[in-house]
Amino acid sequence: MHTAAAVSSGSGKPSGIPAPLRGIFPLLVALPVLLLLEWLLSNSPFATYLLSIMGVNIILAVSLNIVNGMTGQFSIGHAGFMAVGAYLSGVTSLALKDVAISFLPVAASDQVILVVTLLAGGIAAAICGFLVGLPSLRLRGDYLAIVTLGFGEIIRVAVQNTEAFGKALGLSGIPQTSSVAMVGFWVFLVVLVARRIAASSHGRSLWAIREDEVAAEAMGVNTTGYKVRAFVISSFFAGVAGGLFAHFVPIINPGSFTFVKSMEIVVMVVLGGLGSTTGAIVAAVFLTLLPEGLRSAFTAFGAEGSLAQKVDQIRMPVYGMLLVALMLARPQGLFGTREIWEILPRWIPRRRKGM
Amino acid sequence: MSQLLQHLINGIAAGTIYALVALGYTMVYGVLKLINFAHGDVMMVGVYMGYSTAFMLGRQAQGTLWGVLLIFLVAMGGCALMGFLIERFAYRPLREKPRLTALITAIGISFTLSYGFQLDIGFLPGAAPRAFPQIIKPAMWFTVGDPEFPDVVLWNWQVISLLLAVGLMAGLQYLVYRTRFGRAMRAVSFDHRVAALMGIPTDRVISLTFMIGSALAAGAGLLYAIKDTSVSPLMGLYVGLKAFVAAVIGGIGNVPGAMVGGLLLGLVEEFVVGYAASTWRDAVAFGFLILVLLVRPGGLFGRVAAEKV
Repeated sequence: MHTAAAVSSGSGKPSGIPAPLRGIFPLLVALPVLLLLEWLLSNSPFATYLLSIMGVNIILAVSLNIVNGMTGQFSIGHAGFMAVGAYLSGVTSLALKDVAISFLPVAASDQVILVVTLLAGGIAAAICGFLVGLPSLRLRGDYLAIVTLGFGEIIRVAVQNTEAFGKALGLSGIPQTSSVAMVGFWVFLVVLVARRIAASSHGRSLWAIREDEVAAEAMGVNTTGYKVRAFVISSFFAGVAGGLFAHFVPIINPGSFTFVKSMEIVVMVVLGGLGSTTGAIVAAVFLTLLPEGLRSAFTAFGAEGSLAQKVDQIRMPVYGMLLVALMLARPQGLFGTREIWEILPRWIPRRRKGM
Repeated sequence: MSQLLQHLINGIAAGTIYALVALGYTMVYGVLKLINFAHGDVMMVGVYMGYSTAFMLGRQAQGTLWGVLLIFLVAMGGCALMGFLIERFAYRPLREKPRLTALITAIGISFTLSYGFQLDIGFLPGAAPRAFPQIIKPAMWFTVGDPEFPDVVLWNWQVISLLLAVGLMAGLQYLVYRTRFGRAMRAVSFDHRVAALMGIPTDRVISLTFMIGSALAAGAGLLYAIKDTSVSPLMGLYVGLKAFVAAVIGGIGNVPGAMVGGLLLGLVEEFVVGYAASTWRDAVAFGFLILVLLVRPGGLFGRVAAEKV
């Protein structure tokens, strides 16, 4: 394991792995919290749905941030990986529908099977990520962006034409075994992985590639290797997010994984700040809650249904204008590459460097 | 045999339109090194401008030469103005920033336009596709077999599109390589800071390039609408993407390359639709792109620039 070097490059780069993310300790805290949350929300399907979709968006944003933010490789086909994960995990789940692990209670057995299908989806997506990452050996910048976009579209069309994936109608009848605790566990895992990558020597190579690829290569960084690895990790988590998504929505169809979905994730990453994990989380939460909140606000004030519908229509143009305004005013995103605790007001005690 | 001929005609007709849109992409990329993601959406707005003009002119004027010219003029002029505004207020402030920021801005503008036009508030058209008026009366120019139900048809608008595309390409080639403005464009493209030092008004050159590119997009969009007979706010997103693919296949920044790329893409798509599966069309376009890029990372006619350190 890499020792957490207390190097500060002066530009706000993460310095060392934060103590709360080391070893098994965080799991011991996170799991009871998640289970408590699950228990508290068991009577409120809307809150459960909202939290789940928020969690899925966080996983997507944080994972995309590994490629777009930390490595500086602009990928705009993330929904494609999500689709691979969703469909593969969905199909696996449908195949394992009647299987139960005999020595476990039903609920636990369901969760074990869910994890297995999620892993299947994640690994399939990771393989696709490897395949997409390979061209990045030769392409960079805009070209890579367009190839990832093309890849996302190819996936969508492929799914739309495959009998086993229900063609344009999509998959239905996937067991609804996903839970807030399960989503939360993966959110936790992706954040852990992202932060630990950022603080490791691996992460430093990614930062170097992001800042100047030629210089990084000259310094002996195996740029292609790191780029492909970043792609693989990122797409693995996107696949898992897709799998989770498939297990709490009633139906998945190719329409859920278009270019628009990819752009939503990109907006989250850019808004939060390219390279900031906590930024991605905050942006994902904000952009998930905003339309829901606006809709609830409109209905609460007695507006008729059509106005609430308008909120959904207005969402995409607002995303577009948000991107433009953000690039003009603050091209580095809300947090830049910094994490949230690095921009807290002075009077809140900060973590000491190098802890 | 006749089937093959018909596919060839259709493919070239589709390809010329991709090529026309791709010309605008290529010009902007050549000068600014920016993928103008909003290009397709500028095209869509141009089509709607033409649509409104056609309606205001009424049915009689639509078929006449002057009516068509007016429709094209309004759409192209309006788009040139819009291109100017987009460049001035969205791209120019970012010129010294990393290229990624401009790319994200372009995506933002693309989304604002394509989804903004889907709203049905005020003058905005709403999401439903509409029938585009027949501003060029379709007529068969060339048929094989039974004149009523021919095996092979060549429509007049296909010929018009092709002639227009070839003419515009030649015009652009002339503009870029034979005029003072073209020399300024190439200088700006090579190094815009040094060009500014040499007394070239860089901002004006870039603005003008943008306006020409946007006007081209509007013209190409109208031809597309005549071919497709329907318009919708999302048309720009996909036609724009395809045109971009065409531009990259030919080597982006290269005017004849855009033409060849467009034609190739049109033919490949048409043959996939004709002989394989029509539902795979969009995937094949991108698959073809990836294949070309893997073999030649700079496109067919492009050169890979050595990395400057």
